[in-house]
Amino acid sequence: MPEDYLPILIYFLIAVGFALAGIATSHLLSFLFVRRRAAKDKLIPYESGMLPQGPARRRFHVQFYLVAVLFILFDIEIVFLFPWAVVFRELQILGLIEMGLFILVLFLGLIYVWKKGALEWE
Amino acid sequence: MELLSPLVPILIIVIKSGVAIFALVTAFAYAVWIERRVMARMQSRIGPNRAGPFGLLQPLADAVKVLLKEEIIPQDAKVPIYLLAPAVSLVPALLSFAVVPIGPEIEILGQKITLYLADLNVGVLYVFALASVGVYGIVLAGWSSGSKYSFLGALRSSAQMLSYELPLGLSVVGALMLAGTLSLVQLVEAQKNAWFILLQPLGFLIFIVSAVAEVNRAPFDLPEAETELVAGYHTEYTSIKWAFFYMAEYINMIVVSSIAVTLFFGGWQGPFFPPAVWYFLKVAAFIFLFIWLRATLPRLRYDRLMQFGWKILLPLSLVNIIATAAIMVWQG
Repeated sequence: MPEDYLPILIYFLIAVGFALAGIATSHLLSFLFVRRRAAKDKLIPYESGMLPQGPARRRFHVQFYLVAVLFILFDIEIVFLFPWAVVFRELQILGLIEMGLFILVLFLGLIYVWKKGALEWE
Repeated sequence: MELLSPLVPILIIVIKSGVAIFALVTAFAYAVWIERRVMARMQSRIGPNRAGPFGLLQPLADAVKVLLKEEIIPQDAKVPIYLLAPAVSLVPALLSFAVVPIGPEIEILGQKITLYLADLNVGVLYVFALASVGVYGIVLAGWSSGSKYSFLGALRSSAQMLSYELPLGLSVVGALMLAGTLSLVQLVEAQKNAWFILLQPLGFLIFIVSAVAEVNRAPFDLPEAETELVAGYHTEYTSIKWAFFYMAEYINMIVVSSIAVTLFFGGWQGPFFPPAVWYFLKVAAFIFLFIWLRATLPRLRYDRLMQFGWKILLPLSLVNIIATAAIMVWQG
């Protein structure tokens, strides 16, 4: 029902307003009341007191990408499981067999990924 | 007055939204205070006790301090994203509280008022969707700061939150099967006779372990492992923007505790006390558990953390679903 989401919309607008007002207020107060000491060195990204070496946004390990891809695969599985769980009482044995096969296939997929070493971090 | 009557429901929603945000921010402030006091006691210290009786005004003092901090925008920051990332982190945390029922309907001034903002028929899905959106705030903060520690912290944090969202989502499926609904209000009603913790002990165990990892709390607080990453994704943040990340973390903790209470501990139901009091007590018990865990357990190594999620919790939660389904079919 679309009207169920009206409170969410109103709450969303108020929450966004709160967050933006907070950031703006702090920005304003910081300009009005805080004694600012302009120093160029203060704006250098923190790197344990050393001068930063090279750019911060560098290439990262492929493992993080793998995790993201695997997450999408299994998250879609969860999206399928939720409606199934809701109507499970009506489906009974048929639902168990069908979802059992579905989960089995994904379980085999997990074992394949496991054996391929995609879950290992060095 | 007659003309204004269609506006009354809207006005009620606006007031409830305001109250919800105020209550969450206050709860955040006092969760921090309780954490500092309890942790201090557990480590044979006293903790903050100067501002007001028992240090009760400490959150207020902290708020003023944080508001008046000098703002620093690092030179390599991508400015609009850097400024907005705290809001992207905080708003989903606030929003996910909208579907949590803290009690049944009450009547004030002849108006029936529900003690939740919305009763969505996809309530549980809504909470998980917002948990996924929350990852964006962290990734954007880490990436836009232009600092290596922030960047690495954001990478770790997003990978960890994604990995543990799987067992978190799968662990509740058993409870959903028993109740036959995704609405949190109906989930509470379904537990009138027996809390789902009794029927789903394994599901609850997986849920609470993944929940600790999902909200980046110790012993799974690798994203802000101060011994290696300084402060993780919010290393370069100051003033209220820094506070917003903390607010998001603690509100997520409150929401996750609320979900645990609603799904496994009968929500607001309980004898003698009013419903809202029961809800509050149960959530407070979970917050204490989070603090207790932080004071007790050492931090895990990152590779072990990821392997624990994928190789133990994920298969275990799948087994839990199949076992629950089999038992339900067997019992008819």
